[in-house]
Amino acid sequence: MIETAIVTSTRHLMKRIAFAALAAVSFAGVAHAAEEGGMEPMNIRADDIASLQRGSRLFFNYCSGCHSLEFMRYSRIAEDLKLDEKDVQSSLIFTGAKIGDKATNHMPAALAAGWFGKAPPDLSLEARAKGSDWIYHYLKSFYLDPSRPVGWNNTVFPNASMPNPLWEMQGLQVGVKSGEGSDAKVEKLEIKTPGGVSEAQYDQAVRDITAFLTYAGEPAALKRTSMGVWVLLYLAFFTFLAYLLKHEFWKDVH
Amino acid sequence: MGTTFVRLHPKNRVLGWIEDRLPWLSFLSAHTAGYYAPKNFNFWYYFGSLALVVLVNQILTGIFLTMFYKPNAAEAFASVEYIMRDVDWGWLIRYMHSTGASLFFVVVYLHMFRGLMYGSYKKPRELIWIIGMLIFLALMAEAFMGYVLPWGNMSFWGAKVIISLFGAVPVIGDTLVQWIMGDYLPADATLNRFFALHVVALPLVLILLVVLHIGALHEVGSNNPDGIEIKEKKKPDGTPLDGIAFHPYYTVKDLFGTGFFLLLAAFIIFYAPTFGGWFLEHDNFIPANNLATPEHIKPVWYFTPFYAMLRMIPAKLPGVIVMFLGIVLLFFMPWLDRGVVKSVRYRGLGYKIALGLFALSFVMLGAVGAGVTAEKIPEWFGADANVTTIENAFGRFWLFVYFAFFAFLLIYTWFGKEKTKRVPDRVTTHD
Repeated sequence: MIETAIVTSTRHLMKRIAFAALAAVSFAGVAHAAEEGGMEPMNIRADDIASLQRGSRLFFNYCSGCHSLEFMRYSRIAEDLKLDEKDVQSSLIFTGAKIGDKATNHMPAALAAGWFGKAPPDLSLEARAKGSDWIYHYLKSFYLDPSRPVGWNNTVFPNASMPNPLWEMQGLQVGVKSGEGSDAKVEKLEIKTPGGVSEAQYDQAVRDITAFLTYAGEPAALKRTSMGVWVLLYLAFFTFLAYLLKHEFWKDVH
Repeated sequence: MGTTFVRLHPKNRVLGWIEDRLPWLSFLSAHTAGYYAPKNFNFWYYFGSLALVVLVNQILTGIFLTMFYKPNAAEAFASVEYIMRDVDWGWLIRYMHSTGASLFFVVVYLHMFRGLMYGSYKKPRELIWIIGMLIFLALMAEAFMGYVLPWGNMSFWGAKVIISLFGAVPVIGDTLVQWIMGDYLPADATLNRFFALHVVALPLVLILLVVLHIGALHEVGSNNPDGIEIKEKKKPDGTPLDGIAFHPYYTVKDLFGTGFFLLLAAFIIFYAPTFGGWFLEHDNFIPANNLATPEHIKPVWYFTPFYAMLRMIPAKLPGVIVMFLGIVLLFFMPWLDRGVVKSVRYRGLGYKIALGLFALSFVMLGAVGAGVTAEKIPEWFGADANVTTIENAFGRFWLFVYFAFFAFLLIYTWFGKEKTKRVPDRVTTHD
C-alpha cells in the first residue's frame, strides 16, 4: 500500500517534472521564433571549420578594409580555425598587425563618416546584435539605386550607407518595382549583370562570411557546445544518484 | 522554538575546544537535524532551497566577474567582451551569472506562488512573508543594477527609463533623478555607484534578509500543502507526528531537486545562453549610445509584468503609483486574506478561481510588457489593426484582474462568503 503510494507519487512527480521541462523547451522555441523577426531562418552553422576558414578569408579580403573586429585576436582565429599562424600572418593580416593583436583597421572614423555618411561599424558582435539570418539576407539584398549617394541600396536595411562589396562575385542586382513615384516599392531583386561566380557559389560565400561573423560574435561557442554534452551527462548521472539516495533515505518515512 | 537545540560535545579535541566556546556545530545541527519539517512537501517546496542555490551561485560567479570587470563607462563594455573571450572560462562564469539572474526570478516567482497557494503568509508566518517580500524588492534592485553594468545599449536606455520614474515624484522629481544618476544622463558616475550597490551593498542586504527569512521560518515551522500545523499533534518525544528531520530527509530530497535544476540550468548555459533574446537581449550586444535609441525599449522578462502596469496607465505619476501598489499590496496579503483555511486544497471555489486568474494576469501582463502582444496583434487582427487600442484594452483588462484579486479576497473572506472544506487532522500524502 505504502509502496503503491510511493510509486504513484513518484510517477506524479515525474509527470510534473516532464511537463515543466516541456513547457520550458516550448517557451524557448517560441522565443526563438520571435527572435528571427520574420526572416527566413538559414540555419547558419558556426561549427563547420572549413566554412569558417573560407569565411575568414572572404571577411579579411572584402570586409576588413572598412570594418574592424576589435574584440577578435588573430591568434584566437588561428587557434579556433585550425590555421597555421604563419598562414594567418600572410593571408589574413593586411594591416601590419602582430599575430596576438586584435583585428582593428586603419580607417580613420572621422574621415569614414565623411565618405559614407556614417563610419563603418565594428562587426565583432554584429551577429549577436542582429542575428546570423539578418547578416545572410543583408548580404544578398543589395541593389543598384542611383538616388543613393554611393549608388547602392538594400531591401533588408533600407538606405544603408554601404555599397555592395561583393558585387564582383554576385553581379549587379536591380530592384523590380511596383507602384509609381514615391509609392514605388521594391518587390523583388534580379541580377542584371552576372557576376564572377554562380548563384550557388555566391550563396555559399555569403553563408561562409555569415558563419565566420557568427563565430566572431562568440568564439567560446565552439567550446561551449562541444563540452556541454559532458556536463549534461554528468549532471544527469548525479541527479540519478541523488534520486537513489533520496529513495533510500525516505524508505523509513511512513 | 521550532528547532531542537542539543549541546554537542565533539570527541575531536580541537572541535571540542571550539564548541565549548562557540557552539557552531550545535547551532548547525539544531537548524538541520533538529528542525522538523512536514513530511508532505511536494514539488512546489523545492524552490526555497533552489533560491538559496542560485544566490550562492550569483555571489561566487559575481566575485570572479568583479576581478575582470571595469566599472567605467569607457571600459565596461569591452571588459565584458574581454571576460567572454580572453579570460579562461570567463564565458562560463558570465553565462552562469546571467542565466542565474533569470533563474533566480523563475524560482522566486514559483516560491511566492507556492506561498499564495498554501497560505504560507497566514498567521503565524506573516513575518516570514514580509521578509520574503523585502527580499523580492532587494532582488529587483539588485537585478536592475546588475543589468546596467555591461553598459550595452539596453543597459543605458533601460537605466534611463527606470531612473526617470523617480521624476514622477512631485516637486523634487527632477532633482531626485539627477541625484540618483549623478549626471544629467546615465553616465560614468551612475555606472560606478550601481557597481558599488550591486556588488557590495545589496548582496549584504540580501544575505541578511535571507538569514532573517530562514530564522523566522525555523521559529514557527514550515507550512505544508495541507496547511496543517504539524506541531499540534506530537509524539511522546515531543517531535511532531507528521514531521521529519530536515536533515537527512530534506537535505537528500533537495539534493535531488538541485541536481535536476542544475541539469536544466546547464542546458540553458551551454545551449541557449541568451534564451532566444529573453535572458540576454540583442540590443545589449551594442555598446551604450545616447544618440541611438533601441527600437523597443523594454526591461528583461522578469520585470515586464510591472512594466506593463506602468504602460497601461496613461499618466506618469499614476502609472508609477499603480506599479508600486502592484508590489505593495502583496505585503498586506496576511491581512487582506481573512480566511482561516490555509491551503487551496480546502479553500472555497472562489479562491481557487481568483488565484488562477491572478497568476494568469501576471503572465499576461508580462506578455504585454515584453511586447509580445504588440508583435502578435497585427498577425491576429490583420495588418490594419490599431495595435495601441487593442493592446491597451487587453493589458488594462488583465491589470484590472490583477488588482481585483486583492479586492475580491478581502470581500470574500471578510463577509464570510467562502465555503471551505474540512481540513484533515493529519497530512494526507507524502513521498
